[in-house]
Amino acid sequence: MLEIKNLTVGYGAINALHGISLSVAPGSIVTLIGSNGAGKTTTLKTVSGLLKPKSGEILYEGKNIAGLPPHEIVRRGLAHVPEGRMVFANLSVLENLEMGAYLVRDKKQIRAEMDAVFAAFPRLQERVQQISGTLSGGEQQMLAIGRALMGRPKFLMLDEPSLGLAPLLVAAIFAKIVEINRARGLTILLVEQNANRALEISHAGYVLETGRITLSGDSPSLRQNPQVRSAYLGG
Amino acid sequence: MNLNLRHAKTGLLGALALCFLVTLFSKFINPYWLYILYDIGINIILAVSLNLINGYTGQFSLGHAGFMAVGAYTAGVITNQFGQLNAFASGGVFLGALLAGGLMAAVAGLLVGIPTLRLKGDYLAIVTLGFGEIIRVILQNVDSVGGARGYSVMHGWTNFFWTFGLAAVTVYVIASLVNSTYGRGFIAVHDDEIAAEAMGINTTKYKVSAFVIGAFFAGIAGGLYAHSKQYITPGGFGFMQSIAFVVMVILGGMGNTVGVILAAILLTLLPEGLRFLAGVQQIPGVAKMYPLSWVGDTRMIIYSLLLIVLMLTRPQGLFAFKKRQR
Repeated sequence: MLEIKNLTVGYGAINALHGISLSVAPGSIVTLIGSNGAGKTTTLKTVSGLLKPKSGEILYEGKNIAGLPPHEIVRRGLAHVPEGRMVFANLSVLENLEMGAYLVRDKKQIRAEMDAVFAAFPRLQERVQQISGTLSGGEQQMLAIGRALMGRPKFLMLDEPSLGLAPLLVAAIFAKIVEINRARGLTILLVEQNANRALEISHAGYVLETGRITLSGDSPSLRQNPQVRSAYLGG
Repeated sequence: MNLNLRHAKTGLLGALALCFLVTLFSKFINPYWLYILYDIGINIILAVSLNLINGYTGQFSLGHAGFMAVGAYTAGVITNQFGQLNAFASGGVFLGALLAGGLMAAVAGLLVGIPTLRLKGDYLAIVTLGFGEIIRVILQNVDSVGGARGYSVMHGWTNFFWTFGLAAVTVYVIASLVNSTYGRGFIAVHDDEIAAEAMGINTTKYKVSAFVIGAFFAGIAGGLYAHSKQYITPGGFGFMQSIAFVVMVILGGMGNTVGVILAAILLTLLPEGLRFLAGVQQIPGVAKMYPLSWVGDTRMIIYSLLLIVLMLTRPQGLFAFKKRQR
């Protein structure tokens, strides 16, 4: 579904990604793990068009989307939930969800997607008129994911959905991610610091270290890998 | 606080009818106060349109007086081509001239909007400030519109109907814009540009549209101003004038239409009110004479102090009762 080939991205003269390659199979959850500054967020931002690559290809459904503006990429069905739960703080929950369906013109489809989001996150329905800046961290994360689903994406990128959440909420959010993947057949590229949980729910994984992919494989074997265990899984 | 839009169209028509009625009776209003009323209407248009740029979209423009100048000179030059006209023809010409002024200002807005793609915050403020000054200096050096001596506008066509009718239209257009699904994009750009982009919102388009739409209405206000004062000088559209509009937006509460309207009214009346106070010789009910003429000399100092006190005590905006109300 998504194939990245030799992608190099830099901020000014400094390269954050040195020619990485990875692929995500349709319907799978693939996780990208790595420490701070490894280039995980940079990878997602480049795929969604927020950053322009220096070289390399990003093939989505066989077509190169590298360097396209973000709204063109969203139009093709890629949704990106940015790091740090960036909800529109001055808009209500309802309005945030409506913004997620910004490119959808069909009112019926918007209504249907909204019902699906409320079914997945009943909490959002309870707070539908609340200004989203006043939601709790977990609710904001649910809103950010729900908002991304409103555009009925085919490919979802989640940037550290567990960031700053209590362990119980982390478990709930990860359960939702699996549910969304199974129920909708949605392909997911997940970036996480919480490597243990991410590998638990994903099918395959890549380990990113200072802009290079150092390890890859299916998730169970990565979890057994002694190098991964000592570096990311706490022994 | 946001305007309730359910009855917005009715409200707009009601406001227009009311404006028309007041215009019929405007002979009976003291001309001094009538002209202050025009100033209020014009300032409402300017503050509400600047609020789209600075408040809702979260950009920072310090060049609103520049857009106003473009509209004022354009409309003035157009109407000066006509001699005496009957009421009906003058209305048509005036409206056409105002729209032309608005369009010219919108073009200027487009030119300023483009740098916003690369600039944010303080840097953007400096660019818009520079733009406003460029307009002023250009007008100062164009001899055909009088240069620094100023330009005389023949027709005093601005009346209550045009001023408050167009103010009502401005409020209606901007309030319905930011409350539409399309218009929420402005607020989304303000709240979080990256998230907005990730939603597929073309943030570039929104930022430039905010400048174009804001400038259009500022241009219309400029046209009204020109035909109210009937004499415009480049100095009247300086940096301090732009600051005055920014103050109205901040005092009213950024992104709060009702608050900004109230602030525009208050800040137009305040200097006049202080002027009035200066003429008072005696406090009613007090036998001793207390001439308040000192108020006249310190009028602008009192005004500035009031602004400082207001900002210290109500940084969220004087009229921001709640962040947003449905």
